[in-house]
Amino acid sequence: MTELIERQTAGGDGAIVVEVHEAPHDAHEHHEPTGILKWLTSTDHKVIGLSYTVTSLVMFLIAGALAELIRIQLATPNSSFVSLGEFNQLFTMHGSLMIYLFIGPFAFGGLANIIVPLQVGAPDMAFPRLNALSYWLYLSGSITMLLGFFVAGGPADFGWVGYAPLSTSIYSPGAGPDLWIAALLLSGFSAIFTGVNLCATIFYLRAPGMTMFRMPIFTWNMLVVGILILLAFPVLTAGLIMLYCDRHFGTHIYSLKGGGVPVLWQHIFWFWGHPEVYILALPFFGVVTDVIATFSHKPVFGYKGMVFATITIAALSMGVWAHHMFTTGVVLLPFFSIMSLLIAVPTGIKFFNWIGTMWGGRVRWSTAMLFAVGFLITFLFGGLTGIYLASPPLDFFTHDTYFVVAHFHSVVLALGMGAMAGLYYWGPKITGYMLDERIGKLHFWLFFIGANVMVLPQYWLGLLGMPRRVGVYPHNPEWTDLNQWATVGSVMMGVATLLFLVNIVYSWFKRVPAGDNPWDAQTLEWFTTSPPPHHNYYALPPIRSERPTWDYNHPGAPALVHGHREEPEASELARV
Amino acid sequence: MSRRPADAGRARTWRRLGSLAVVVVAAGALSGCTVPSFGAHSSATTGGRQTYHLWQGFTIGAIVVGGLTLALILWAAVRYRSRSSDVHMPRQTQYHLPLEIVYTVIPILIVLVLFAFTVVVENEVTATPSVSRENTIRVQAFQWGWRFFYPGFVITGQTTQKPTLEMPANQDVKIVLQSLDVVHGFYVPVFNFSRYALPGVTNFFVFHPTQTGTFFGQCTQLCGLYHSLMWFQVKVVTPAQYATWLSSQQTAAARLAAAAARQSSLQQGTSGIQVRPDIGGGTN
Repeated sequence: MTELIERQTAGGDGAIVVEVHEAPHDAHEHHEPTGILKWLTSTDHKVIGLSYTVTSLVMFLIAGALAELIRIQLATPNSSFVSLGEFNQLFTMHGSLMIYLFIGPFAFGGLANIIVPLQVGAPDMAFPRLNALSYWLYLSGSITMLLGFFVAGGPADFGWVGYAPLSTSIYSPGAGPDLWIAALLLSGFSAIFTGVNLCATIFYLRAPGMTMFRMPIFTWNMLVVGILILLAFPVLTAGLIMLYCDRHFGTHIYSLKGGGVPVLWQHIFWFWGHPEVYILALPFFGVVTDVIATFSHKPVFGYKGMVFATITIAALSMGVWAHHMFTTGVVLLPFFSIMSLLIAVPTGIKFFNWIGTMWGGRVRWSTAMLFAVGFLITFLFGGLTGIYLASPPLDFFTHDTYFVVAHFHSVVLALGMGAMAGLYYWGPKITGYMLDERIGKLHFWLFFIGANVMVLPQYWLGLLGMPRRVGVYPHNPEWTDLNQWATVGSVMMGVATLLFLVNIVYSWFKRVPAGDNPWDAQTLEWFTTSPPPHHNYYALPPIRSERPTWDYNHPGAPALVHGHREEPEASELARV
Repeated sequence: MSRRPADAGRARTWRRLGSLAVVVVAAGALSGCTVPSFGAHSSATTGGRQTYHLWQGFTIGAIVVGGLTLALILWAAVRYRSRSSDVHMPRQTQYHLPLEIVYTVIPILIVLVLFAFTVVVENEVTATPSVSRENTIRVQAFQWGWRFFYPGFVITGQTTQKPTLEMPANQDVKIVLQSLDVVHGFYVPVFNFSRYALPGVTNFFVFHPTQTGTFFGQCTQLCGLYHSLMWFQVKVVTPAQYATWLSSQQTAAARLAAAAARQSSLQQGTSGIQVRPDIGGGTN
């Protein structure tokens, strides 16, 4: 066990620095293994988080490559580039890899794992061994999912939502679907354990002075995500176990023939699935909030409103699942409609807070900031079209068409930009080296333009009546042009992603040291070294607001409320 | 203070935005009722037309709100971007409660208006008035095709064929939708409407077509290998043509049934679009 000894000393410029020393008997940290053995045995949240990040980015590359194949198939109306069966496998694995194994694990296993303990001034996650278990479950799940490509009959082909009874053994026999279920169970447990860890860390391991309302918005959002994971993922896990029982143990939970209820799967799936949308989105809301504040050189505008908006979104998200089921004819339409529409309100608050943070600031167009603004614009499209889909008549009109595909690709591509913003922003903190900004900006522009060139024609395709998940459209040659635009956009994103890989390799060889705080950032993690030492901090600044590093570096520029200094802050500063 | 020009600029911006809004509203009012379609089809049914008007309303709202938000994002990001020589410390404003209340309350009001219109149109398109037996068509979805049950006969078409769902214009037509196996989606784009065919659930809805013509339809919910090929078409004809067609099909089906009875065996076709007597087979 590590004992922490705290001691207050006067810093060089008169500020109080709380120095955190590890007890002498913990000196054996120098005998820690290195290289592959370190990666295999580590319980350090930074090592685990980096493993998560790298694994999830590999999943992103594979899923992206599958997307390019999908777009090649759809570039002509009657293509035989892949067979219809292979096409079903392609989009199923594309969606499954992106949703289950990239964007979520990247957010809560990768970024949050590394950044949250740093932001609250903790030496590690609350349960380091559980954290390691999370990663190994996640890696096993990822490998299990990919093994589907190597079994007879190929991987699962019933869509990433796996609607019963199509996903039962009568209609989808074979090992591929079983591997899909096993992969989701493994990665689902990994998510649950990470949720436990995030909640425990944020509730119990905050540094002295780091009250709840001084936590960075990213950490706040990850707390809410942790709670949402605990509410939603066990339901999916239970649903998957029941599906497995239907497939192999003769139960009839989702099949009509034994008295089961097929639509039950949709309820269970979306009861997880809609909170899951916010489990994926809230981390990146947090990323762009921190990025925008940093590069505007201003505090987060409406900080408390931001926190309450996050909590409201999470609360509402538990009661909107059936808006995915408006066309089933078996759900109460007005209730789920108003609940879904209301989510626009806290999301709108967030948008205006982001604008308010930039307003009157000194906005530095770094790559991370560009990605954050790209997120705002792309998410705006996804958010606005989400309002249409919350209205049952408009959902009847557009459900399961490319309008929906375009809607959620606007959303997830915005989240992808949030992920990139996070990597360009925190990459230097994690590795100690800067990512190249020139290649980064090229990466941004190609990705941002490509994303919208792909998505915007798809809204129109949906209005023209193109259903999702069709591999050929010989009767509708009028859809060809718009599909080709979408293909061009996806290729641009592919090239952008290759540029990102080039940037990583280039920056790795160039090795421009980052220093502790290359962006003049505000939150606690920028106070320690880059990369942070074992157990994260040699010393902590006094934490008297939600931006302790900023206060330490700019003692004359505290946050203002209605043009005034917040009173307690002013009195505390006067004492110093 | 260096903030003065920015404040003046801000006031100017608001005035410009205000006049822009006035121009947009005036242009909308002057152009009369010709609200653009925004890419949607004005629909060939009365319910679809309602949905289309709801779409127009939502889109106008989205353009105003989204346009304003986009303009504010771009303005803030571009107007306040730092030049290389710029090292000034921005005003550290963190809260402005009245402003925050405004942008909380206004979206709530917008949402309530959208919800009110939604409920009105929803009641319209989900209404199920009673419909005559001739105009009630049972639609059965299966892997991978459709069966249309009319009084006295059945039309079947599967994989790559397009069976025709014939219905009269200017009358209520009731569709009773069922699935034989997995979840399918019954979707006619120009009717601006879709509904799942759920195993174990019988869904029904009423169309009131307003235009004659032949329209494309397709399964929208992934249903397995040949989901992409699960097409059909809807043929809307005049009520007189429909009555003639219906009776001729019924006569043909009755003759077929009589012939089959004479042979004391029913020809069991396996593929192709067929018209066969409805002998109660193929139901759930």
